Amino acid sequence: MSKQMTGAKMVVQALIDQGVDTVFGYPGGAVLPIYDEIFQQNHIQHILVRHEQGAVHAAEGYARSTGKPGVALVTSGPGATNAVTGLTDALMDSIPIIVLTGQVPTFMIGSDAFQEADTVGITRPCTKHNWLVKETDTLSGVMHEAFHVATSGRPGPVLIDIPKDVQFASGTYTEKAKRKSHYAPQVKGDIEMITELAKAMEKAKRPVFYTGGGIINSGPAATQLLRELVAATNFPITSTLMGLGCYPASGDNWLGMLGMHGLYEANMAMHDCDLMINIGARFDDRITGRVDAFSPKSKKAHIDIDASSINKVIHVDMPILGDCAHVLEDLLNVWKSRGRKTDKENLAKWWGQINEWRKVDCLAFKQEGKTIRPQHALTRLEELTKGHDRYITTEVGQHQMWAAQYLGFEDPNRWMTSGGLGTMGYGFPASIGVQMAHRDSLVINVAGEASWLMNMQELGTAMQYQLPVKQFILNNERLGMVRQWQELLHGERYSQSWSEALPDFVKLADAFGAKGIICSDPADLDDAIMEMINHDGPVVFDCLVEKHENCFPMIPSGKPHNEMLLGENADTANAIQGAGGALV
Amino acid sequence: MSPLKIKKGSTSHSAYDLRSTFGDEVERHTLAVIVENEPGVLARVIGLFSGRGYNIESLTVAEIDHTGHLSRITIVTSGTPQVINQIKAQLGRIVPVHDVHDLTVEGASVERELALFKVAGKGDHRIEAIRLADIFRANVVDSTLESFVFEITGTPEKIDAFADLMRPLGLQEVARTGVAALSRGAS
Ligand SMILES: Cc1ncc(C[n+]2csc(CCOP(=O)(O)OP(=O)(O)O)c2C)c(N)n1
Ligand SMILES: [Mg+2]
Repeated sequence: MSKQMTGAKMVVQALIDQGVDTVFGYPGGAVLPIYDEIFQQNHIQHILVRHEQGAVHAAEGYARSTGKPGVALVTSGPGATNAVTGLTDALMDSIPIIVLTGQVPTFMIGSDAFQEADTVGITRPCTKHNWLVKETDTLSGVMHEAFHVATSGRPGPVLIDIPKDVQFASGTYTEKAKRKSHYAPQVKGDIEMITELAKAMEKAKRPVFYTGGGIINSGPAATQLLRELVAATNFPITSTLMGLGCYPASGDNWLGMLGMHGLYEANMAMHDCDLMINIGARFDDRITGRVDAFSPKSKKAHIDIDASSINKVIHVDMPILGDCAHVLEDLLNVWKSRGRKTDKENLAKWWGQINEWRKVDCLAFKQEGKTIRPQHALTRLEELTKGHDRYITTEVGQHQMWAAQYLGFEDPNRWMTSGGLGTMGYGFPASIGVQMAHRDSLVINVAGEASWLMNMQELGTAMQYQLPVKQFILNNERLGMVRQWQELLHGERYSQSWSEALPDFVKLADAFGAKGIICSDPADLDDAIMEMINHDGPVVFDCLVEKHENCFPMIPSGKPHNEMLLGENADTANAIQGAGGALV
Repeated sequence: MSPLKIKKGSTSHSAYDLRSTFGDEVERHTLAVIVENEPGVLARVIGLFSGRGYNIESLTVAEIDHTGHLSRITIVTSGTPQVINQIKAQLGRIVPVHDVHDLTVEGASVERELALFKVAGKGDHRIEAIRLADIFRANVVDSTLESFVFEITGTPEKIDAFADLMRPLGLQEVARTGVAALSRGAS
């Protein structure tokens, strides 16, 4: 029993069959038939963004905060090219999204037609896979395959380019269940290697779990199993920027984030460990620092669903190809059945060492005087929003790193940030996507003023759909992260790193009909934050902060983990003494 | 435990002195990649090599199974063992790639390439060219009073050697197919 329908209707039907409830998009000539179908149904809500980049980041935010794929719909030519940044962002951070693009009719492809772009050519390197559909009969099959590819194995963005004549023509609709795909990545890990790892865990004197976004992508089961494993072994755990929330920040074994702006204790533990267990992270250069000095004394295990991530940057002793949840389950079972052994005595010494490092208190700062320090603003934000059903997105820069350092994440899918690509302009549209998925939650975008301006047009979207997203802008009137590098590495020559001619953010909010709040006095901060939280609608919060603050700790690129730069207030003297005291 | 080297504030060192790699010997590998015969699949494979900075020494592609929609891409590439492993893993990640075989490590294999050589000359050069062609078991597939087109099959090394010999004898043009390769014995 096959159903005949137009290509445009197939698109909508396939989205419904795939359980999609929200599409972020922007219309244009080449997608009008699809928009016509969207108009005539009530299953899917379409969110009209103000720029196609916003649609893709919103879809990313939706996906990351729900664990379901996000969907964006844009027109041909400029619509498609505007989607490229979001696609690349999703590829780098393994976010499952489906982007549908209109294309000029098949008979005009290659003729430099109006709004024609070689979309599959342009997006081939920035999608996990893409398709140009030339026959309506194949369209629904491709749609279902696209969801399968985006969400299985290492997730990622996919794109379907649909010429306008294919949307108009009729064809046969294939049901979701009817299709079979050859694409089926391995999810079970090699049990021998898992046993090897369990043995290594029994003998480890200085173990550490190094976790990443792969755990969150794998789903709630992976998080659950990880927490169980940490509790049972009492091993310390750190995480990349992308993995924050897979282990609760309030948990006893939590070392904080690692990497270039990671915590002192996390990086030192990585450097000095004798067993590193990487679960769903990829030895990114922000993590490893200088590769040949990376954790020189450790045996390394790496659990990853993507074979190309294993041994790409760092040679590992125990490669385990598979899905985090599957492998963690087997690992727990093997380790338990072998008698739940750890080297408790040496583990206690290791914790002693870690606690010495913790005394460095690398995130310490003093809030003095009349200027708000950004660390203080985030500490207050954390304090005042802690109990809330809270989701955080960020832009890119110093504020992003401070957010990662000073906000605590108890659960996965609560933290949306552009890690791999570092896309300024990600956070605002992402917050819109998150809020669409969680209408009653508190969604805050921790922003820098420069990043925020990159996609500020989305304030229109937030207003139109009454999405009460809070834009918490740490305004240092600087491209702060750029300025920091120029200060530390380019002889304090501050080339083009000022944010000049900034708008009056309160008036700007007002112009869109949103609420604007400005705060510059530390004494007013709590009240202002509460005002933001309590306002039922979009808020633009202009938090004027210290302009020349640097983000520490910092491992300059090309440096090993034990050559960190620490902030002014970290208790360095004590650190050397403390750690030195533990030297054997 | 490692000595602590803590610095405060700025450093005069550049941020850009990045990484040393594993630094092994460069090896030459022949890969057979079985792909879904769909538009763009060759572009994906080539894009992977150019995008990630891998070498392609030769590449051939043709459909091998019409009903199954499968093509075989034979790639000769070179790199350190770590790079070769990356190439294979990256190829394996491409959605329409069904299988990646490293013929260089999967036991013995045969490699053949076909080439056409246009050689123009008169007198002794012409006679010498024909004589050498005979030794190399090249066929004459076109001839005029001033020129020959030779067809030769063999390993890339054999074809290189033939090219070296033809050069002083009036070699004008060469067309090579690139390597096709199969493992020896039953699969
Ligand atoms: C699209 C894009 N362009 C340029 C950069 C380089 N970049 C990284 S951080 C940064 C400055 C960000 O300034 P702001 O948003 O004000 O954040 P701050 O660092 O001041 O907190 C720049 C320009 C980038 N990451 N993304
Ligand atoms: Mg700034």
